[in-house]
Amino acid sequence: MPLVKNGHIATDIFFHAADGTELPGDGPVLVSAARFLGDPEGLLKRAGKVGVIWPNSRDVDDLVPYLDRLAMVALVFPTFRDGRAYSQARLLRERYGYDGELRATGQVLRDQFVFMLRAGFDAFDVRKQADAEAFGETARRYTVFYQPAGDGRLSALNRRIQERHSESAGQ
Amino acid sequence: MYAYDELDRTLVNERVSEFRDQVKRRLSGELTEDEFKILRLQNGVYLQLHAYMFRVAIPYGALSSKQLRALARVARRYDRGYGHFTTRQNIQFNWIKLAELPDALEDLAEVGIHAMQTSGNNMRNVTSDQWAGVAPGEIEDPRIWSEILRQHTTLHPEFSFLPRKFKIAITASEHDRAAIKIHDIGLKLIKNADGETGFEVLVGGGLGRTPFIAKTIKPFVHGRDLLSYVEAILRVYNQYGRRDNIYKARIKILVHELGIEKFAKEVEEEWQLLRDSALTLDPAVVEDIRSRFSYPAYEKLPHMPDELKRAAHDPLFERWRRNSAFPHKVQGYSIVTISLKPVGAPPGDATADQMDALADLADRYSFGEIRVGHEQNLALPHVAKRDLPALWKALDRIGLATPNVNLVSDIIACPGLDYCSLANARSIPIAQELTRRFANHDTANLIGRLHINISGCINACGHHHVGHIGILGVEKNGEEFYQITIGGRADENAQMGTLIGPAVPYAEVADVIEDIVEAYLALRDSEGELFVDTVKRLGVEPFKERVYATR
Repeated sequence: MPLVKNGHIATDIFFHAADGTELPGDGPVLVSAARFLGDPEGLLKRAGKVGVIWPNSRDVDDLVPYLDRLAMVALVFPTFRDGRAYSQARLLRERYGYDGELRATGQVLRDQFVFMLRAGFDAFDVRKQADAEAFGETARRYTVFYQPAGDGRLSALNRRIQERHSESAGQ
Repeated sequence: MYAYDELDRTLVNERVSEFRDQVKRRLSGELTEDEFKILRLQNGVYLQLHAYMFRVAIPYGALSSKQLRALARVARRYDRGYGHFTTRQNIQFNWIKLAELPDALEDLAEVGIHAMQTSGNNMRNVTSDQWAGVAPGEIEDPRIWSEILRQHTTLHPEFSFLPRKFKIAITASEHDRAAIKIHDIGLKLIKNADGETGFEVLVGGGLGRTPFIAKTIKPFVHGRDLLSYVEAILRVYNQYGRRDNIYKARIKILVHELGIEKFAKEVEEEWQLLRDSALTLDPAVVEDIRSRFSYPAYEKLPHMPDELKRAAHDPLFERWRRNSAFPHKVQGYSIVTISLKPVGAPPGDATADQMDALADLADRYSFGEIRVGHEQNLALPHVAKRDLPALWKALDRIGLATPNVNLVSDIIACPGLDYCSLANARSIPIAQELTRRFANHDTANLIGRLHINISGCINACGHHHVGHIGILGVEKNGEEFYQITIGGRADENAQMGTLIGPAVPYAEVADVIEDIVEAYLALRDSEGELFVDTVKRLGVEPFKERVYATR
């Protein structure tokens, strides 16, 4: 499954540690929410970055105390029809100011990229190679957005006002 | 009418090009049917019994003549020469070819029409009063707010994969023509003590297999907070709405399971954290949207022009005028409802030729505007009264002057088993038969206002629960049966109808309805007592007796 990070196909530096297996002595690891919450301080003290896979059925509030020390949060799309992680992503980015890697994992397909980018994701475990290769092109598909969101783009409502102001300033 | 600007046009064009790419990937096999299904639904494309069905959005029911002509062209070029107007102010085409869909969308995009989110588990077409902006006594034109919501809900980055579909309706009149109490969010535009615009917000209404009337979640949300408050409701729903069972996934179930107080508290907490954000509507933003609505330059006209006095001698004209022309907020003008329920025809259908002809009439007599109502009729919102006689003659020539608006043959019906893959039973032939039974105008007029609603299955697209008489198709041992309810209503006093007894077979439905209507005529305390009021006064028993005594 190719990883797209910051717009490009990248190598996944995280070791995906299944529950109950021993962790490597150092280097970045990705653990489940249950494993992380079992011993958060111990894991965060370890040499190497820590990422957590957070299920979409659990409030992100439980993760908030650790956000500034986490290198990655992976939010889950069990199927692409299940959109709970979009809310989680926006909360993490826009309410709790999380600025580490925010990864979309699960059934991640091309046609969700724009929504995900707008919700604050910057890394994607993409299901299909062709979709990963089309990432850049897909991300540029839209140039107009009707809502303000965490990506900071102006909504059309506000853009019109701004354009009107700059028009009158230029006269 | 709202006029698209460059931003609106760009977004719609970008969407069409994305969908063209998605169709291409489906046809090449790159996308599986399971993956493509959601994408096509988000663009209004269903797979029905015989073909793909294409549902096009008519936001808050407002169309320009140019747009109506474009719909006629789509009907002619890509379909079988007709379209079907729905209870959510959309239009459906029933015989579209998948490979041609992107072209149809492109043709529509040229006139500022799209099909985004007319199906799928996202925020659907925002609906409103078809008399918005012209109804006497309206507090304020709700289309401004409808358009703001249309934009905000389109391709929303957080709420495009909700547990289930989500419908918002707005009214700004005391008399609710938008059926806001049977929507996921119902908005009633009101003014506070300081004269500021805001909304009473209702939540959790809906029909289907578990019908609920919406409850008030907040008595006043200021206009500037409309988007943040709606966003708070959606965020709670997106996270906590059930996804384990499609039949329990609508927000009405969440509201019911949590209770309105608990749900309101969750929303309030979320809203307090959201309200001071980029979602707050600056007055300049609202004004900007308002400024892109054009209003007709009405003339100063007499209340009773000579043309109308002369035409009053023609009983056929008078019959139509009394039935189909309604008071307008401007003196000398009328709102004219165009019945799409001629005797013997499927409710809500219009041919491409009728659409073209009506577009011409709208240009001539209604400042180029047409409206679509949830009753599956059309309206010309600004007709000078002096033009009514000429308009009537022209409508009659194209089969659009049936004087049965709000009468027993003005039936709301879903497509049913003739088209729909979900249906258990046919709806259209039942409606057709009933229009034949009640074809006599004098009889229908004597009966007075009576809404019959027919759904071909429990999904309730024909809103049978809230029909004065509701007819629901069910299947029993492979045969079509129909449950009959009475006493429902969809207006400001919305309530569900009550079942009168066991389901009846297809062949007996029209007889049963005739029995119910005859019982009403015998039971009503005066000519002024509407069917629904008689049911309220007497309950279902006398009707039940009449129907089942001999069956």
